[in-house]
Amino acid sequence: MSGTSTAGLAEAARKVLAGLDGKQLANKDRMAIPAQDMPCQEPGIRAHNMDEVALGYTEAQARVEAARCLQCKNAPCVPGCPVSIDIPGFVGLVASGDYHGAAEVIRKTNLLPAICGRVCPQEKQCQAPCTLGKALKGVERAVQIGRLERYVADRERASGGTPIPHVAPPTGKRVAVIGAGPAGLTVAAEVRREGHEVVIFEAFQKPGGVMVYGIPEFRLPKAIVREEADKLERMGVRFELNTLIGRTIPLPALLQEDGFDAAFVGVGAGLPKFMDIPGENFVGVFSANEYLTRCNMMRAWDRERASTPIYPSKRVAVLGGGNVAMDSARMALRLGAEEVRVLYRRTREEMPARAEEVEHAMEEGIVFDFLSSPTEVLGNDKGVVTGLRVMSYRLGDPDESGRRSPVAIDGSEHEVHFDTVIVAVGNESNPLIAKTTPGLNVDRKSHVLVDASQKTSLDAVWAGGDIVLGAATVILAMGEGRRAAAAINEYLGKK
Amino acid sequence: MNKIIAKTRLSDEVFRVEIEAPHIARERKPGQFVIVQADVEWGERVPLTIADADPHHGTITLIFQTVGVSTHRLAELEAGDSIEAVLGPLGNPTHIERFGHAVCIGGGIGVAPMYPIAQALKKAGNKLTVIMGARTKDLIILEDEMRAIADELIVVTDDGSWGRKALVTEPLKELCQAQHKPDIAVAIGPPVMMKFCAETTRPFGVKTPASLNTIMIDGTGMCGGCRVSVGGSTKFVCVDGPEFDAHLVDWDGMMLRLRAYKPLEDAAHKALHEGGACMLDTMAELARASAAKAGGSK
Repeated sequence: MSGTSTAGLAEAARKVLAGLDGKQLANKDRMAIPAQDMPCQEPGIRAHNMDEVALGYTEAQARVEAARCLQCKNAPCVPGCPVSIDIPGFVGLVASGDYHGAAEVIRKTNLLPAICGRVCPQEKQCQAPCTLGKALKGVERAVQIGRLERYVADRERASGGTPIPHVAPPTGKRVAVIGAGPAGLTVAAEVRREGHEVVIFEAFQKPGGVMVYGIPEFRLPKAIVREEADKLERMGVRFELNTLIGRTIPLPALLQEDGFDAAFVGVGAGLPKFMDIPGENFVGVFSANEYLTRCNMMRAWDRERASTPIYPSKRVAVLGGGNVAMDSARMALRLGAEEVRVLYRRTREEMPARAEEVEHAMEEGIVFDFLSSPTEVLGNDKGVVTGLRVMSYRLGDPDESGRRSPVAIDGSEHEVHFDTVIVAVGNESNPLIAKTTPGLNVDRKSHVLVDASQKTSLDAVWAGGDIVLGAATVILAMGEGRRAAAAINEYLGKK
Repeated sequence: MNKIIAKTRLSDEVFRVEIEAPHIARERKPGQFVIVQADVEWGERVPLTIADADPHHGTITLIFQTVGVSTHRLAELEAGDSIEAVLGPLGNPTHIERFGHAVCIGGGIGVAPMYPIAQALKKAGNKLTVIMGARTKDLIILEDEMRAIADELIVVTDDGSWGRKALVTEPLKELCQAQHKPDIAVAIGPPVMMKFCAETTRPFGVKTPASLNTIMIDGTGMCGGCRVSVGGSTKFVCVDGPEFDAHLVDWDGMMLRLRAYKPLEDAAHKALHEGGACMLDTMAELARASAAKAGGSK
């Protein structure tokens, strides 16, 4: 991906496209078409700005990439998508240059394609079972479905924005959606389409959930999230921001006093886990949630305008191997850190982060210390971080899940100097709703228990996304939202 | 948007605002707080305790001290203006019951959050002693309000310019040494004051809850910026607190964390004044001028 300029990628794609023009392509021909790399900002430049890293396909690239799709009759990619987009359908339309038609196909099952095309882990979802990827022996050579989805969505946005979905006449029924993250926004749109009144209650000052406070601008521009919220408002959905259900208004009061006929709980998994090692409360140790919230939602990276301060860091350790760890590390670099090291207990193969994000981080100069994990945070007499005591590991035998677990190497402990430590080892469900809502059944990790239609133990209350799944992905939250919305619409239709 | 209904300047640095917040007014209980953001685009989120509430009129009262840029910006708003975002009520309410003899110790601006707790303790049937302290006379707030609810009110100042010349710990110690020591001593104020209140009551075994005022960002439990070590385990002040057993809090650790952004905050505050962007000095001058004018015309 690196080493090829945007102009070079575009020019190569134009040549390939000219060669394909008017030809009937056999599967053999399609397999020979080169996979299209994503044009990106140069690593040396982007490491110092907050602009989006991946620039998006050019039109020729999109058409060439779409031409690689074999249009399999059984379409193994579709079940790989949590919201079951008709992938061969929209990709076929891109290949023929009908971008508007492609957008219509995606819109049938996905209302947030500009977001999903950017942040879904496609290599683990739709692109994993792709026939072309299997034939070419590498998931990275599968049809780049996410990039095509993004191209279609961005093209439509650039040409005046997506049309407002049709809204059925008012039914007089009212639905409360709690949490304006990916699950809540999906439910709001799907329920509103049926003509029900929808109010979204959001604790923060901006809608979007993790898309606003967690995922950085350089991966998901906030303007896109804002556009989606605006679209919902134009459909007639109302936002009640700065409202924490369970504190500002108890959940039962919404149904019993405020006249809502149904409620959806999509409050996510925003509770950060810490390592539980000595020294974790020293100044300079942050949860990734805090670090990213300061930077993304409070925009502390803009020192001129934002009032929220960000800690001045030179040598940063990021603990963890997921997307949140990658986002934190790359953010710290952009804020002027001289050295950022990611410490991960296993190896690159076991990292849960998207392959593309790991690659981007490495290109930008983030250093990876695999098979290492801290046992203690070190600090000075002022309670400020000075470093980590780090233990080295080797991979042992595979466990029941097939993953090789790390085994500590005796006597390998050593000290490394850092001035900042960002802990990105996962999140847990927010317990507030469970704590303040009698009769809502949850498991011991505060995950809300639901049936196959996302219905909770309470009458007229559904739940979905990370509050049910634990920390998962944007697209899985949307999938749960779609299921819940269908059940809510069915329930209200009968009521 | 939360409209400011009334605003009073209690002292040079302390302001009281009554704002429209019907849901918060209805749900809030003593000990809870709000997160306030004067400007949702670029402003900071700051935690402030709810000093009073009127559920009938749908308003809450906040009392705050101008210590930095964000509180300064807040103080510049007048009645009729709106605060863009107010989130709450947050945190666990104070545990109120009939303990017997309750002592409330409020230091500086901490007297404001202490007021609703003292009120509730009195209402629950406790004998109420209030100790309130400040550096100097000008920084004493809510004295009349406290006098109206307390069975016994002890006012102290560091410099002796009002009330007794002492630190709050002196009368607290005397109360603990009395034949019938207090059943509970609630402390709210600067961390160093709460720490020494804890040290004062510890040898007497008097139960001492304290309300912690750590750095916060979201105030809903999703970041851990406010974490503090209590009895050896990490707690989030915004959701597990703000009240904890003062005898178990790692006060020194908490005070170190509070200073994490001190240099950045001081620089920003200084820039506000030196850049001529602070409206408060001008506002105070105008108020003095118009008061003088009004006085002169009599």
